[in-house]
Amino acid sequence: MAEEMRIVLRNYGKIDPLKIDDYIALGGYDSLNKARSMSNPDLISEVKASNLRGRGGAGFNCGMKWNFAYQAQADQKYVICNADEGEPGTYKDRLIMENDPHTLLEGMAICAYAIGATKGYIYCRGEYPSVAKTLKLAIAQAKEKGVLGDFSIEVRLGAGAYVCGEETALIESIEGKRGEPRIKPPFPPVIGLWGKPTIVNNVETFANIPVIVEKGSAWYAAIGTPSYPGTKVVTLTGDVANKTFFEVPTSTTIREVIFQFGGGIAAGKEFKAVQIGGTSGAFIPASQLDTQIGFDAMTAIGAALGSGAVFVLDESRDLIDVTARIAKFFAHESCGKCAPCREGTMRVHDLMDKINGGKGVSADIALLNKLGRVMSYSCLCGLGQAAPSPVLSTIEHFSADYNAKLM
Amino acid sequence: MANVTIDGIKISVPDGSTILQAAKEVGVNIPTLCYHPDQAVKANCRVCVCEVEGNRLLQAACSQPVFEGMVIKTRTPKVIEARKTILELILSHHPQDCLNCIRNENCELQSLAAEYCIRDNPFENKVRGIAKDLSTPSLFRDPDKCVLCRRCIEACTVIQTVNALGIENRGSHAMVVPTLGKDLIDSPCIMCGQCIHACPVGAIGEVEDIDKLMAAIADPDTIVVTQIAPAVRLALGEEIGMNTGDLPMEVFVAGLKQIGFDHVLHTNFTADLTILEEGNELLTRVKNGGTLPMFTSCSPGWINFCETFYPDLLDNLSTCKSPQQMFGSLVKTYWADKMDIPAKKIFSVSIMPCVAKKFEAARPEMNASGFQDVDIVLTTREVGRLFRMSGIDFKKLAPAPFSPWMGEYTGAAVIFGATGGVMEAALRTVYEVVMEETLGDVNFTVARGFEGIKEAEVDLNGLVVKVAIAHGLSHARILMDQVRAGVSPYHFIEIMACPGGCIGGGGQPITKANAKRVERIEAIYIEDAAMDVRKSHLNKEVTKLYEDFLHEPLGHKSHELLHTHYHAKNKKFL
Repeated sequence: MAEEMRIVLRNYGKIDPLKIDDYIALGGYDSLNKARSMSNPDLISEVKASNLRGRGGAGFNCGMKWNFAYQAQADQKYVICNADEGEPGTYKDRLIMENDPHTLLEGMAICAYAIGATKGYIYCRGEYPSVAKTLKLAIAQAKEKGVLGDFSIEVRLGAGAYVCGEETALIESIEGKRGEPRIKPPFPPVIGLWGKPTIVNNVETFANIPVIVEKGSAWYAAIGTPSYPGTKVVTLTGDVANKTFFEVPTSTTIREVIFQFGGGIAAGKEFKAVQIGGTSGAFIPASQLDTQIGFDAMTAIGAALGSGAVFVLDESRDLIDVTARIAKFFAHESCGKCAPCREGTMRVHDLMDKINGGKGVSADIALLNKLGRVMSYSCLCGLGQAAPSPVLSTIEHFSADYNAKLM
Repeated sequence: MANVTIDGIKISVPDGSTILQAAKEVGVNIPTLCYHPDQAVKANCRVCVCEVEGNRLLQAACSQPVFEGMVIKTRTPKVIEARKTILELILSHHPQDCLNCIRNENCELQSLAAEYCIRDNPFENKVRGIAKDLSTPSLFRDPDKCVLCRRCIEACTVIQTVNALGIENRGSHAMVVPTLGKDLIDSPCIMCGQCIHACPVGAIGEVEDIDKLMAAIADPDTIVVTQIAPAVRLALGEEIGMNTGDLPMEVFVAGLKQIGFDHVLHTNFTADLTILEEGNELLTRVKNGGTLPMFTSCSPGWINFCETFYPDLLDNLSTCKSPQQMFGSLVKTYWADKMDIPAKKIFSVSIMPCVAKKFEAARPEMNASGFQDVDIVLTTREVGRLFRMSGIDFKKLAPAPFSPWMGEYTGAAVIFGATGGVMEAALRTVYEVVMEETLGDVNFTVARGFEGIKEAEVDLNGLVVKVAIAHGLSHARILMDQVRAGVSPYHFIEIMACPGGCIGGGGQPITKANAKRVERIEAIYIEDAAMDVRKSHLNKEVTKLYEDFLHEPLGHKSHELLHTHYHAKNKKFL
C-alpha cells in the first residue's frame, strides 16, 4: 500500500506562510546556513549525489546543472525560479508558494551560494497575482531578517504565454523581449539571462533542496525509484473521485495514484484514459496503469511525468473531442518562431477538428500521425516537440475512437 | 578539432563548427531556408534538420555545433520525410502563385519545393489574406508570401539599425509587420531595400515602374532620356546571364537604345560634378568655420535615415543633391537647351542600384528644372527584366555611344558605386585643387575595402583633413553618435546606407551574400584603373558645363539647381 510522503509540502498546513518566524521555528533557513558552511563543490556534489532531477519536466540532474553554472566564469550569475505554472490542471507550484514560500527562497539561496550568484528572479505565472504578493512579502521578511545575505530576489510576473514556461523563452521574457525559445546549445547554465550563467529550476525542484541539504543525499536517493528519486506532487483532476493533490514517492504507480489516492473513478463509471504531465502529456490506457510515475518508467511507455498533472477521463468521455480541444490550445500557444510548430500546431488542430466534426477520412489519421511524428523530433523547443503527444498517443491506444468518427 | 562522420565520410573540423559547415567541407549539401551566410543563425525553419546518432531529436544543421565522435546522417528517410513535411507545411501557408511573383525563378522556397519533389501537398492551401503594403514608392510588402524566416528583420534591425520591422502575433498568426502594425511609409523605414536582399521569397520587393517607361517610349511626342548610375553596369550582367562586371558599357547603351530610349546619358557625369560642388563645399566649410564634419549626401537611404534618426545633424549634411537629382535638374535645363529639345517633352528615367532613389525622385522639392526633375527610377533588376522581356542578345549587339553633353565620366565617378569611392574621388580632386600640383598615385587604397568604418588623414600643406567612411547604417550610427556627442575628430564623412555601398544597393540583383558585394567592388576598381582620366575635375564635359552654364562651383545657378535642403521627419513614435 503506497503512502503519501511530504518533502516539498512538509510545512503545508503547519505554518502561517505569511510569517517567516513560523518557518524558522520549524528549522527553516538552517539548511542555508549548513550549505554556506560547505564548500561550493561539496554542496554541488551533495545535490548531485541525491540524484534530484528537475521537476519541471525535462528531468535533468540538478547538481550536474548547477555544476555547469558553477564552472562557468562570469562576473555575474543568476538563479531563476520557473514559477510560470502554465500546464492546465497543474497547481503544485502554487501549493508550495502559497503555503510555504520560504522553502522556495531557501532553495534558491542555496543554489545561489553553490554557483556564486547574487541575484535571483522568480518568474511567476501572470494568473497568480496573489501568489506574487505572498512571495514579495516573504522576500521582504527574509531581507529584514537578513537570512538571504547578499542574495536578492525579484518577482517577475508572466503575461499569460504558455511558452514562457520553456526556460529560454522565460529568460527572453525577463529580458523584456518577446517570449520565444532560444537555440540550444548554449544552455542557460553557460549563457543565460543577460548572457550570464543562469540556473533555471522549477519551484518543486528548489523546494526539495533544503531537505536534501538537511538530511543528506543518501537519504534522498533512497526514496522512490532510484533513477528519479524523491517524491512528486501530483494534482488530480477530471473524472476522479478525489480531485485533490498528493505528494507521493516516485515509485508509486499510476494505478495507485488514481485508484488508491484518487479514490477511483467518480460516479461509479469505468476508467477510460489518463493524461499525465499536463496538456502535452500522452493519454495512457488501462493496460499501462501499472507503470511507475518516475521519469524513466513514463518515458519507456512513450509518456512523460511532466508537471505531475493527472487528468482522468471516464468511459463516457469523447476522447477525440478532448484531443481536438487540446490541439486548439497548442495552435493558440505556439509562439510562431519555428515552422513545424507554427504551421504544424495549426494543421493538427484543423485535422482534429475535421475528424471530430465527422468529416475525417482514414488518410487524415495517417497524415496526423506523420505530422505529429515529424513535429516531435523537428521542432525547436519542447512545446512543439510535445504538442503532438496527446494526438499520437490517442491514435496509438484509442484508434477505435477515431475510426468511429470517420465519414 | 573535432572528428566527425557525415554520411559515412570521416572529417576533422574546427571545434565550434556547425553541422552545416562540416557538411560543406565534405561536399554534402544540406538545404536551408532561414539561414543567411552574413546573419546570425536563426534555426527557425527547421528545413536543415539532420540525424545525429544517439539523439532522438533531429538537429538543425545550421545551429548544432559538432562534437568529438559525432555521427551525422543528412539524408536518411526520416530526415527526408521531416524536411519534406516541413516544406509542405510552409508551402501550404503560402500563395504558391509563383508565376505572378516578382521572385519567380529566383526564390529559395521555390527551389526547395523543386528539389524535394513537392507534388501533392496533403495540407489544404491557406493564405493569410492580408493586403499588400503599397504605401511607399520604393518597396512593397506582401505579407501573404512571408515564410517568417526573419532575415528581413535582422537586415533592418542589426545591419541597418532602423528597426522598422518586427514580429506580431503568435502561432500561425505570427507576422512580420512594420513598427506598431503601421504601413511601411508610416514606420521608420528608410527604404534602403536591404530587406529585399534578405528575403528568400517574394514577400518584399521593389515597386516596379516598367509600365510607365513603356508608355513613355510608346508616346511619339516624348523624348525618353536615361541616366545610368555607376554601380549598375557591373551588376546588370548578373541579371542577363553574364558574370559580374562582364557587360561592356557601350553594349549596355546599345541595349537601351534597342528598347527605345532616345538618349542614353550617365549619372557618372553628375558624379564628377558632385565632386566639384561637394569638394568646394567642404573647403568652404573648413575655411569659413562652417558645420563640420560634413556628411556626403549621395545615398537617399542615408538621407532618410538622417532625417528620421538624426534630425539635429541635418546641417552636417552636404547641401549637394545626389548625382541622380543633379542630373535630373540639368537634363531638363542645360541639356535640353544644348540639344534644343523642349524640357516638357523630356521623360527623365534613372537607372539605379537603389530603391530609395524612387522615393528621392518623388520628393516634392526635386523640381528645380520647373518639372519633376526625374520622372521614374528603374532598378538594376527592373532593367534586367526589361532586357529579358525585349529578347536582346547582347553577344550580337554592336556597341553604341552615349549622347553628347552629359555622358562623359572619369574613373573617379566610376568608384562612387563602392563604399569609400566618393571619398577617394573627392580626395583626388581636393588634393590637386588645394596643392595645385598633380597627384602622383591616385589610388587612396585606405578608402577601399569592406570594413564597416574606415578612416584616413590627408595632409594638404599643413591642413590635415581627417575623413571617415561608413557603409551599412549600424556603422554610420557609430560615427553619427560621435558627432552628436561633439567628439567626432573628422572633417568629412562618407556614408552609404547599403553594405558595400551602391554595389550592394536595394535595387541590385538579389544579393545572397556579402561575398558577391566584394566581387562587385573588385569589378569597380578594375574599371576605374582602366580609365584614361580618373579625376573628376578633368572631365571635359563638366568643364564645359561650368563654362557655358553654371560658371562656378557653388555659384548662383548651382545653388538653384544642384543643392537642396533637408527636413526632419518628425516620426512621433521614435
